[in-house]
Formats: sequence, C-alpha cells, structure tokens
Amino acid sequence: MAFEDQRTTVYKLDPAHPGSETLPTLRSEELLLNMGPQHPATHGVLKVILELEGERLVKSTPVLGFLHRGVEKLAEDGTYHQFIPHTDRLDYVCAMYNNFAYCRAIEKLMNITLPDRAEYLRTIVAEVQRIIGHQFWLGTQALDIGAMTVFFYCFRDREILMDWFDELCGARLTTSWYRIGGVERDFTASLLDKLKQFLDYFPPKIDEYVVFLEKNRIWVGRTKGVAIISAEDAVSFGLSGPTLRGSGVDYDLRKAEPYSAYPKCEFSVPLGKNGDTYDRYWIRVQELYESVKIIRQCLEQMQEGPIMADVPSVTLPPKQRVFTNLESMIQQFKLFSQGFDAPPGEIYCGTEAHKGELGFYIVSTGGGKPYRLKIRAPSFIHMGAFDHMSRGYMISDAVTIFGTYDIVMGECDR
Amino acid sequence: MSLQELASRLQEDFATGFIKAVEWRGELAVTVMRGRLHEIAQFLHDDPAMDFDYIVHVSSVDWPDDEERFEVVYEFYSIRKRHRIRLKTRVPESDCIVDSLTDLWKGADFMEREVYDMMGIRFRNHPDLRRILLPDDYTEGYPLRKDFPLRGKGWRDTFEFLDETAR
Repeated sequence: MAFEDQRTTVYKLDPAHPGSETLPTLRSEELLLNMGPQHPATHGVLKVILELEGERLVKSTPVLGFLHRGVEKLAEDGTYHQFIPHTDRLDYVCAMYNNFAYCRAIEKLMNITLPDRAEYLRTIVAEVQRIIGHQFWLGTQALDIGAMTVFFYCFRDREILMDWFDELCGARLTTSWYRIGGVERDFTASLLDKLKQFLDYFPPKIDEYVVFLEKNRIWVGRTKGVAIISAEDAVSFGLSGPTLRGSGVDYDLRKAEPYSAYPKCEFSVPLGKNGDTYDRYWIRVQELYESVKIIRQCLEQMQEGPIMADVPSVTLPPKQRVFTNLESMIQQFKLFSQGFDAPPGEIYCGTEAHKGELGFYIVSTGGGKPYRLKIRAPSFIHMGAFDHMSRGYMISDAVTIFGTYDIVMGECDR
Repeated sequence: MSLQELASRLQEDFATGFIKAVEWRGELAVTVMRGRLHEIAQFLHDDPAMDFDYIVHVSSVDWPDDEERFEVVYEFYSIRKRHRIRLKTRVPESDCIVDSLTDLWKGADFMEREVYDMMGIRFRNHPDLRRILLPDDYTEGYPLRKDFPLRGKGWRDTFEFLDETAR
C-alpha cells in the first residue's frame, strides 16, 4: 500500500464510479496548517495550529510561550523597586502603563497616597501612552490586512510622542519613569509646550486616519462582521478593554474603580454594538479623542506641588539630593539593596491599560521582596478566546482576529 | 451588598465548606474547603445577589512548610454589581488536584492551564490540561514552586570556557 497513513491519503479511488481508475475523489478530512512562529502578523513569536476545511477555520490552537522569560519568578528575586524595569519589558509597546499598573499595586500594598501633582503627571503620561498604543494598533492592524497608507501616518505622529518620551525620561520604549510613590521627574517648560502643541495638532490627524480607513472598501469589508463575540461570551472569557467594550459591555476600570486623576476629569467610555472588529476599531479611535480631552483637563487643573509622596521608608529621595546629601544617599542605597519592609498580606490591583485590564496580584510575607507576584496580562487572556472567535471564518481572517485583540507577545508570555 | 454581608452570606449557606474570610485593603478573600470549591463558585456565579460573571485571574501560591502546600486563588468580579471577591483553597502536595471551573467561566481554561504549567496543580474535568507557556516536553518540574532554584541550576558553572590565551 502506498498510503498507509490516513493523513497523507490525498486521493482515494472510488470503485463504484465508472472509470474510477482515472477519476479521484476529493479528500474530506481537515488540513492542518501551522501559522507562525515567524509570521509578520503575529506581532512577536506566536504559533497557531489552524485546522482548515477548505478555507474555513474549523479549530485553532494557539501555541504560546516562545517569549516566556519567567518574569514572575524573577520578581521573587528582587526588591519591589527593582521590578519596575522588568515591567517595561512586558508590553514593550506601552511601557509607561505597565510601570503605572505596577506602582499602583505596590502603593496599594503599602497604603500610600500620592500628592495631587504626581497623580496629574501620572494621568497625563498614561494617556499619552494610550495614544501611542492606539496609534500603533491602528497602523499595524491596518497594515496586516493590507491597508498600508495609514501605517505611515500613525507612525509619523507616534514619533512626535516618542521624542517627547525621550526628552521626559531618556528612553523611547523602556521608560521606567514611574516610581513607587510618585514619578521620577517633573515636566520641564519645553515638555509642556511640546505637549500643548501636540494636543492642537493631533485631533485633525485622527480625522485623517479615519478617512484613510473608512473610505477603503476592502478594509471595511474585512473588518465589519469579522470576529464577532457576544457580550455574554466576552464577559465569560474575561476579555477586557476595547475588546470587551466592543461587545457593548460597560466595563472600564477608570470609571468602575476610579484611580489617579481620572475621577477629576470628564470623559466618556465609548461602547460598541455588534462586537466585531470594526466596532473595536471605532472604540479605539474614539478613545484617542477622549485621551486628548483628559490630557487637556489635567493640564488645566494641575497645580504646583511635590511629585513624590513623603514616606521616606518607601519612596526614593530626589536624585539631585542623592549626590549631595549623605542621608539621602544612604536612603537610596538601603532602598535598593534591602528594599522596604512590606506588611504581610495580599492585594490585587487592576489598571485599565489600553489593551485591557492589566493587574498585579501580590502576596507579601513581610520583607523587601514579594513572596509571589502574578501578572494578569490582558493579551494572554484574549488569546484564550481566539479559538472561539475564529471558528467559521476564512483563513485570511485569522490575521484580522490577531489584530483585533492588540496582542503583544512580551506581555502574553511574560 | 457590602463585603461583610457577602462573607456572612457565604458562611451561612456553606457552613461546612467555609474556612475563613479576611478583609484587607478593601478586598475580601474567602478560603474554602477544596471539596466544595466548585459548588461555592457555582453559587457565586449563579446567585442573582452575587452575580460574579467576570473571572479576573487564577493564580497559585506555594507554601512549602505547610501541610496543605499549595494555594489556588481565583478572583471574580461582578460587572453589574461592581464588587469583587477572592476565592482560595488549599491542596496538599500528595494529591494536588482541584475541580476545574471552566464550565462556569470560559476564560478559566487558559488561566488554569497556566497554573498547571507553572505550579503543577491539576484540574479535574479541564477540557485540555496541557502545558501552555513552557514546551510540552519540559521535564524539569514546575518553575514557580519554591523548590525550583531562583538563579538557575548551576549549569553556567559547568560550561567549559575556551582559554583564549593558550592559543
């Protein structure tokens, strides 16, 4: 027998058919196709095993872990302060928001309240980071499904904010600007000017992105009605952020459990209706406008004041003092070598990052290091719904469905 | 419903399965018996006053000195009622298996797989319990257990270094 393995049997002769010696019947079992680990649309290293019936997806099995670096284990080896740079490397597109989520969790553990100015600075930078994240998503998602133009426009404007970050903290991607109990440094006059200029420059540009996409019939055809998920399923899968709100579920941690300066700002949470990729796109575009609004309000309300909470046993001294003042130097040295003494207990603190709910669950048994640190990464949980959302769609839609979650594998695999 | 009311309601309804409730930093953590975990979770999911429809995360903690070594932690949130609860249960090392909650929350699938992968806790009735982040053929145990070394297993010291000067 030439074909012993069922899977390799491509054609079988049908003996009942007249002239069956020459006419083959088509095989009927599924075809397995590996997508990735090296594929430009997976935004990192991700493999998905697709089971196909013709061009339809019957089942898809994500294979994760190509970027697994054991960040949760690493956290147990360092002090609380030392983990901040590790959070940059989770979702490397939006490092600021990871820093923010982590610092908030530690502040909850240590029960620290921040001065007003620090909260405003944090909110402004977090919203700038949300703009960057959504621009990045808008550009690459459209690029994945063939609409190239908007990518260049998004990245042109993203570059302005990247340079702004560079001026703020010296890094474009791995920022580490947030500190436990405050932020590393205040805005300079030039930073404030540039941000104000950007706020005037940016809203007309959003309209431009929208025109590029919504007048593109191919792009609209490939996003409307693709990857639909009902509200019940979205909640049951634990989706969050725009992916959940696209199905019309009103869940935004900035409103549900207000933090930082968000309760002092007026903004709305856009909700989708159909739960398809197009609705999730629409939400992200609306959030760009909302972010501009939030930053404007914060800039108006912000007063002069300290940028760090005054809890010397936990928070770092100002950098200038470290070089000139002996006590500050000792404080800095002790905080980095031994850490601060956290009370025994456990907390969970979720923050609305632009991808979804980024949470940290921290168990402390006292001492300077966390006993256990668990990261609730939205990308990982969104991948859990991939099989459910992709069933029945065409193979070319697989790329759209990756794109619709805004996944970053650094965060997914941790 | 306040957190105290929520805890006392659970204690009344599940007197035999309830171990303790702790409130700290405005969060409620309830520890329950392993045998009744699924039943209590079902109550939290289905009861209209509880209405915990959203699963936040599944996690695990290793306490190597305790008799019941592992702690499985579930965190739920109610989108309509806006309250959250942490449900915990303990498992001994000799028999580390708990009932899976994938039939109640679909998202529990990947989260429980991660707990299995990292801590080696098995879930009864889980549809697809395989390693998720580590490779399927990984044989070196479960990395988040406390007996897994934090700084590697000393391989680095056994590498042979080329002596550049002896050329």
